[in-house]
Amino acid sequence: MPEIRNMTMNFGPQHPAAHGVLRLVLELDGEVIERADPHIGLLHRGTEKLAEYKPYNQSIGYMDRLDYVSMMCNEHAYVMAIEKLMGITPPIRAQYIRVMFSEITRVLNHLMWLGTHALDVGAMTMFLYCFREREDLMDCYEAVSGTRMHATYFRPGGVYRDLPDAMPFYEVSKWHNEKEVKNMNEERQGSLLDFIEAFTDKFPTCIDEYETLLTDNRIWKQRTVDIAVVSPKRALQLGFTGPMLRGSGIEWDLRKKQPYEVYHKVDFDIPVGTNGDCYDRYLVRVEEMRQSNHIIKQCIDWLRENPGPVILDDHKVTPPKREEMKGDMESLIHHFKLFTEGYCVPEGEVYAAVEHPKGEFGIYLISDGANKPYRVKIRAAGFAHLSAMDEMVRGHMLSDVVTVIGTQDIVFGEIDR
Amino acid sequence: MIKNTARYIKSLFLLELIKGLRLTGRYLFKRKITVQYPEEKTPQSQRFRGLHALRRYENGEERCIACKLCEAVCPAVAITIESEEREDGSRRTTLYDIDLSKCIYCGFCEESCPVDAIVETRIFEYHGEKRSDLIMTKEMLLEIGDQAEEQIAKDRAEDAPYR
Repeated sequence: MPEIRNMTMNFGPQHPAAHGVLRLVLELDGEVIERADPHIGLLHRGTEKLAEYKPYNQSIGYMDRLDYVSMMCNEHAYVMAIEKLMGITPPIRAQYIRVMFSEITRVLNHLMWLGTHALDVGAMTMFLYCFREREDLMDCYEAVSGTRMHATYFRPGGVYRDLPDAMPFYEVSKWHNEKEVKNMNEERQGSLLDFIEAFTDKFPTCIDEYETLLTDNRIWKQRTVDIAVVSPKRALQLGFTGPMLRGSGIEWDLRKKQPYEVYHKVDFDIPVGTNGDCYDRYLVRVEEMRQSNHIIKQCIDWLRENPGPVILDDHKVTPPKREEMKGDMESLIHHFKLFTEGYCVPEGEVYAAVEHPKGEFGIYLISDGANKPYRVKIRAAGFAHLSAMDEMVRGHMLSDVVTVIGTQDIVFGEIDR
Repeated sequence: MIKNTARYIKSLFLLELIKGLRLTGRYLFKRKITVQYPEEKTPQSQRFRGLHALRRYENGEERCIACKLCEAVCPAVAITIESEEREDGSRRTTLYDIDLSKCIYCGFCEESCPVDAIVETRIFEYHGEKRSDLIMTKEMLLEIGDQAEEQIAKDRAEDAPYR
């Protein structure tokens, strides 16, 4: 009798469902996974080492590129670590702006996740609908920072610029006449806050649409219910954080458990799953989008009524305003000093973590008192999740691997750094 | 019992799939949101950070005084500057190169420039067929600045209160 041997197969790194550059070595018995071995490091850019050779502020732009679908949240953890070590607190308005943009980022991330996850599982329409909403949020990013993705907007001591009072408009072209363009520009008449508010008003309806397409859909359920079940105990042991942990039924959210910035002042709930399967994690993330929407609304209300500074007036850390810099010698010296040498951070070590859309994103920073960090360690949520890949897919079918990669919300920028 | 029957009927008549089809069907007849890209463009913020440019004063003199602040602040080390004193005693650059394949478009060069010389314009459609095409020399940067000066000045003026 011939011996039946398992088949070893490479999944990725060029597989479109592998979300980037994941190489999975799968050992298959027929179509059943016996073992999954993730190989990482194909997107390694040495961010941690690069940060050791640059003044603190210059690494902010590199933080955007870690998890490149939730840019501002990465920056947030980094600037929070620096602020913690220096013992400075940004102005309250800056904190609200940060919270608002962290939540916008969360929605961005979850929309990207939902679109690609559904596309991997086989629902093409979701991808198109999700990207339609992402477009509006990208415009918000562009309006404040000037780029649609890699914002470099948060700074130690606040944020770079205040929210703009006007939005750019669509222009008449041969494809859209005046009347249509007027319709398209309707939401853009006011300030950025008005634009975001218009978005928050329509967004719950959009989520309802996603849910109409997926939540009860039998194909979606067949593909996600009871796939990759993780028990609460095991989820803790594996170091899960974020929606992965909450999907397993553990109520853990850094925004509630150790509030940073102004999260203790806004009202929101933590959605929790019950079974710990892919379907529950989907439900948790969808509900998180609704909660984020709720937080954004509260931030808009506050920001409207409370104008003020958005960055500290301490010119040892933050550069002076351009006008001052051009007219005043001392400000010019501060400006030159900050953009060449930067600032020195007192000796010590610090860990700052934020509730990133994917889980706990932390920056561990050691300073030896110089203008550059002695060591930066990035705690990426996705790394712990990917480590559990083998356990989650074992015994499932080959097509479920795609679902599990989707449900883990893996982005290689942060895992490989 | 009734609950089970209701579920059975729902399942038998593919109700949830029909609901989904109704939703996508409605969108089939709605106005499309697609932007026909090369002919039509999406709105662009005045803060947009695209291709770099070097600006001139109104009298035609280049603004850059070779203070090398942008060179120092550039996280990607994409800027190279060499300077020399001119015959009239003013300090100007002899070499100002930006390697676009290194640049990460963080906008720090513009932020640091004390004389508003180096700016990031709204231009985002450019390409190079060789790597050497992506190294912008001083002449190229000045030319972009000359061409787009009107827009650049307008954007800076609009954004001035925020910076």
